[in-house]
Amino acid sequence: MTAALEEHFEATVAHDQRIEPRDWMPEAYRKTMVRQIAQHAHSEIIGMQPEGNWLTRAPSLRRKAILLAKVQDEAGHGLYLYSATETLGAERADLTERLIEGRQKYSSIFNYPTLTFADVGVIGWLVDGAAICNQVPLCRSSYGPYARAMIRICKEESFHQRQGYELLMTMMRGTSGQRDMVQDATDRWWWPSLMMFGPPDADSPNTAQSMAWRIKRHTNDELRQRFVDMTVPQAQALGVTLPDPDLQWNEQRGSYDFGQPDWDEFKRVIGGAGPCNAERIAQRRKAHGEGAWVREAALAHARKHAATSPPEASLRTAENDRSGVEVGEGEQA
Amino acid sequence: MNENWPLYEVFVRGKRGLNHVHVGSLHAADDDMALHHARDLYTRRNEGVSIWVVRSDAITASSPDEKDPFFAPSGDKVYRHPTFYTIPADVPHI
Repeated sequence: MTAALEEHFEATVAHDQRIEPRDWMPEAYRKTMVRQIAQHAHSEIIGMQPEGNWLTRAPSLRRKAILLAKVQDEAGHGLYLYSATETLGAERADLTERLIEGRQKYSSIFNYPTLTFADVGVIGWLVDGAAICNQVPLCRSSYGPYARAMIRICKEESFHQRQGYELLMTMMRGTSGQRDMVQDATDRWWWPSLMMFGPPDADSPNTAQSMAWRIKRHTNDELRQRFVDMTVPQAQALGVTLPDPDLQWNEQRGSYDFGQPDWDEFKRVIGGAGPCNAERIAQRRKAHGEGAWVREAALAHARKHAATSPPEASLRTAENDRSGVEVGEGEQA
Repeated sequence: MNENWPLYEVFVRGKRGLNHVHVGSLHAADDDMALHHARDLYTRRNEGVSIWVVRSDAITASSPDEKDPFFAPSGDKVYRHPTFYTIPADVPHI
């Protein structure tokens, strides 16, 4: 029985069709998906913090409004992804617990501090740029809800990257002090951005299985190379230097050669010893704790309201197209 | 109290003339909050003109497997398709 189910699953994946929530799937696939999507969701949620620190310090109302919208998007991305994990039987509250207890990870990039406002621009340019490289192929990931969430996310990431690059261009047209800030931020974020693609292929034991299941479409090193090739001309146009003496065009490969990030640092940061790991988790734990009364009050209000008002249809609708009562409307072809 | 808000499924009508389409889920304490959260989460960039939310536990779903016998009755009725009927090529507009 299991053999037949497994065969059907493998065939579905091999035909590039999507696996959907109630389909049979191997336990290891389910576990891998939950772990990967949860880790991704946690990254979006923790990722609000480095930039959130600059919301009250943005230099103009325009920059503040943009940054607010961006941080709100990160929250939204986290929620789309938690929603995808729940189709696999995961519980939102349980995932939050795992995050604040340090039992599930998030991207190591968010454990670095944002020292100046130029960091906001460089995060948009490099960190979101690297995220786009990682995420565009995930739009074709074999798990349907994950792939659909990624499509939505990728549409919004483009705004993130462009606002960052525009911010940096503006600073580069400013004073020499502002240009120095952009260069300094670039120097600090370049290597951590390259680490976002994960360890080199030779040290990435899960890659083969993830590729076979079509969860991943490219290896870590392929994506890292793609990112470097995309970014070098952007750095030139901006007028900053990428802090890698080994970076040079390789005519034969039609790609840039580049140096290796400090993989020992990568392991240390993943292991919890990065500059901001403790702070990020403490902040998330505090926010969760301080929100407890709101969650409880809303539930109490909902109960009270349900007890005093007559039962109504469980489907709620919001309309601004005034196209009439929608409840029970058939789905026209 | 350690109870969680229930899960809701969200459906959005992208624009007039289109069906509502499932876009994802969210947690909310009640129906009204679910609508507001759905607006904030799924329509930040004019993605919709109308939203439905419904509690996930109110949905009854078929088994999704394509091989499921549930869908078998529609498979062997080729005469339901227009291409089943042969019409001479010189007959117009049919």
